Amino acid sequence: MDAKVLQKNLLELIRRTSAELPSDVVRAIEAGARKEAAGSNAKYAFDVIRENIGMAKVKSQPLCQDTGTIIVYAELPSWCDEKTFRKAYEKATAEATKVGYLRQNSVDAITGANSGDNLGPGSPSFHFHQASGKALTVRMMLKGGGCENVSTQYSLPDARLGAGRDLEGVRRCILDSALQAQGKGCGPGILGVCVGGDRGTGYIAAKETLFREMDDVNEDPRLAKLEKRILKEANSLGVGPMGFGGATTLMGVKITHRNRVPASFFVSVAYMCWAFRRNGFVLSEGGRITRWLYPS
Amino acid sequence: MLLEAPFTEEKIRALHVGDLVEITGVIFTGRDAVHKYLHDGGKPPVDLKDSIIYHCGPVVVKENGKWVVKAAGPTTSAREEPYQGPLMEQYGIRAVIGKGGMGPKTLQYCQKVGGVYLHAIGGAAQVLAERVVAVKGVHLAEKFGSPEAIWEFQVDRFPAVVTMDSHGQSLHAQVLAESTEKFKSLLG
Repeated sequence: MDAKVLQKNLLELIRRTSAELPSDVVRAIEAGARKEAAGSNAKYAFDVIRENIGMAKVKSQPLCQDTGTIIVYAELPSWCDEKTFRKAYEKATAEATKVGYLRQNSVDAITGANSGDNLGPGSPSFHFHQASGKALTVRMMLKGGGCENVSTQYSLPDARLGAGRDLEGVRRCILDSALQAQGKGCGPGILGVCVGGDRGTGYIAAKETLFREMDDVNEDPRLAKLEKRILKEANSLGVGPMGFGGATTLMGVKITHRNRVPASFFVSVAYMCWAFRRNGFVLSEGGRITRWLYPS
Repeated sequence: MLLEAPFTEEKIRALHVGDLVEITGVIFTGRDAVHKYLHDGGKPPVDLKDSIIYHCGPVVVKENGKWVVKAAGPTTSAREEPYQGPLMEQYGIRAVIGKGGMGPKTLQYCQKVGGVYLHAIGGAAQVLAERVVAVKGVHLAEKFGSPEAIWEFQVDRFPAVVTMDSHGQSLHAQVLAESTEKFKSLLG
């Protein structure tokens, strides 16, 4: 495939991800809005959120000004090597920044200088895998700083929470993370959780689990049960959208697990804000998008 | 209710937690870099007397030689907690727009100097950008980069909720206390 065609398709992916909220997320927001009392601050927050979703799509402009960390997962077929993909994605990113689909969001951690084009060490954040077939599959997520800052990691046992090394301990940690995030993470939020792993793989898996559909059910019945329980309990906390108080504190909990070493037991929580921007496509070798993974 | 410039102490002291306000006038963006800079003794490039500071790192691009605001929602305010109160007192900042609320120190200063915290809806970058009718100037952009610069926005009926007032009330403190109680009962 011509590198320019790849780049053009990636630019469209970035535009859609930044401006259009996937329909599974919109449905969850609508369901949350219905639960809030008329005239409440919570209802007002939902009204503005819903208006904003429509406006961003129509104007083809960022849903949220914090266009976040650009997280990219690419399954590369034999016709597209890593270097080619990276170069095309970087060019698309610089172009997207120039036209305002993305904010200038990449800052040198040592000097504080903004690169101005979203490029630099670790940005975008690429994750490459080999594709089993002939198609190129790309998934991306824009994760804002507000929600990333309230993401957190627990090491069990945790005396403060009375959390031991079992699913009850895991439940306590996840509920605590929802309590601590109040207001700051642009709720109602969605939690991606990984039980186990090391500190690095735990956080990565927690974020990856956010690629699940909002209304799916965990294949592991133990985790499905835990997800349902925590969602209900977190919403009984009364934190509400924006921390204004209300019925919808969380819209989803997605839990996965990784094996751990005997000495470690981490619970990693990736908090995602309501502006849950993720999308992806399947691209044929001929340069045609055959499927959008999270239609708006 | 309408909150129109000039943002006097009298107007600010009349606001209470729960009030929905619509702001008209000039507001200044300022976030992490600006707050640290002012706290470290940097000179403000604009007059902050009776001003409103907006915790916001907007997306602004130049089109045909003119600044166009593409997205402009609030950022999390809690990070400015160490700086905000003293800066409100030193420069006469009357109101802070942000999201997520601020802590007891800022609340204390709101009481002392006649200040208020206005909560905009986080993530609502389009609804809020729509209320920015003109970009009047930009300062410190070279030094801090576009999202961290001080942007002078002329706003028209910019919506926010009063969540901390000059009478010692904070919606955030209240929700935190109530949800913490509930959390304790869930843990048993």
